Amino acid sequence: MSSRKKPARGTAKPVPKKRTSRPAPKRAAKPAAPRSGAYADFMVQAYAMENDARDRYTEFADQMEVHNNTAVAQLFRKLARIEGLHATRIVREMGWRKPPAAAEAWMWRQSEAPESVPPGELHYLMQPWHALELALACEQRAVRFFTGISGSTAPADVKRIAREMAAEEREHVQLIREWMKKVEKPDPGWDRDPDPSLYSE
Amino acid sequence: MNAPAQAAQLTPQKFKSDVKPVWCPGCGDYTVLSSITKALAALAVRPENVAVVSGIGCSSRIPAYTTCYGFHGVHGRALAAATGLKVARPDLTVIAAGGDGDGYSIGGNHFLHACRRNVDLTYIVMDNRVYGMTKGQPSPTTEPDWDSKLSPQGTGLREFHPLVIALASGANFIARATSSDPNGTAELIVQAVRHPGFSFIEVLSPCVTFRPEQRTWKDRVHPAPVAPTDDPGRAARRLMTDDGFNIGVLYAGHRKPYRTEQSATPSSVAELEAEFIL
Repeated sequence: MSSRKKPARGTAKPVPKKRTSRPAPKRAAKPAAPRSGAYADFMVQAYAMENDARDRYTEFADQMEVHNNTAVAQLFRKLARIEGLHATRIVREMGWRKPPAAAEAWMWRQSEAPESVPPGELHYLMQPWHALELALACEQRAVRFFTGISGSTAPADVKRIAREMAAEEREHVQLIREWMKKVEKPDPGWDRDPDPSLYSE
Repeated sequence: MNAPAQAAQLTPQKFKSDVKPVWCPGCGDYTVLSSITKALAALAVRPENVAVVSGIGCSSRIPAYTTCYGFHGVHGRALAAATGLKVARPDLTVIAAGGDGDGYSIGGNHFLHACRRNVDLTYIVMDNRVYGMTKGQPSPTTEPDWDSKLSPQGTGLREFHPLVIALASGANFIARATSSDPNGTAELIVQAVRHPGFSFIEVLSPCVTFRPEQRTWKDRVHPAPVAPTDDPGRAARRLMTDDGFNIGVLYAGHRKPYRTEQSATPSSVAELEAEFIL
């Protein structure tokens, strides 16, 4: 590992808080209708998605902390906390005493969870704006994921909750766009390191 | 689309230690670590029944990042230590891990003979075609024309072809994985551990610091277009002609794994000590 100078980067300004609780009344106010087995399966999957996203952001925060990029580390930590709250809320709403083991060990067969940033996207000189850009792409993938289910042949109760979740993810997309407006956009050449790791004499 | 992993009680998190990896952000080795922990959870083996053995290099730090038993050994000697361990304790799941320099250069001879001996263990090589820890020297798998300050105009040396060499040396399971697909890599590790004999997985794991161009690997990899074969001749033809980005199991043979006659487990420390008296 090479020694690297702490990069100069834009200071993140106060940002709008991403809403962490859904407008619960919509769902809570409805009389408890019998739910299909597919509904529980879907919620396990939704939990796994939030959980995976939290874990990935946590890993990223750890990576950036190790490399002393504290601004981005803090931002990833905040995003992890938000995804964790979403996961916890699903547990609460489903009345699970603890997260289902199947969700904890969920393996997405074809690809990764839609709301997780793909691995390998980080750069040690990245700035908060880049982190938000990655988060934005995740939220957009989540919108597509839930929209796809809401338009599928899934049972009605699954389609309904998928529609609600798609709407929430759309809100998150908007919130992150607002957040990005308040963060300094990096200049071209942001990844130029005055003390590069490559031997260059 | 997806399915719950088999081991519901053991989560990947249980296989991660509190030690934070110090790899560069974006390094493929993070994904391989994640894939190993997912695979072990899916295999439903307990951390205390798994040993992760490594040599020296960036990727060889991996044992410390798991809660399994670990052995961070001498440069190039991961397979020697892993082989000894598995022969002595066949009840353990033994995973050897490391990089292309450690495995194919310093440990090249051990690699050949580990394939030949066919002891039931899994070898995961995180190949980034460079010595990252020592700041970017060409490794055995580096392309001959990779131009860098440390190898002006490239080495001009033909690169090592680990999968072909593994096949020729007798490896019983050969797969290629990519760090851009953590779950796919986890599934391959599960298959490799379950397959009897010496299983070898080469993971394309970019070094974003010294080989930043490898970030594009994720766009070049593709699933192997054919099913795995158990015919070494056919596998050899495929491996010799593939583009280096085929992902999946490429060979799964039926050679009987090496086994030793099991002596009775010593019942006391004194009995164990007696075995070492010359």
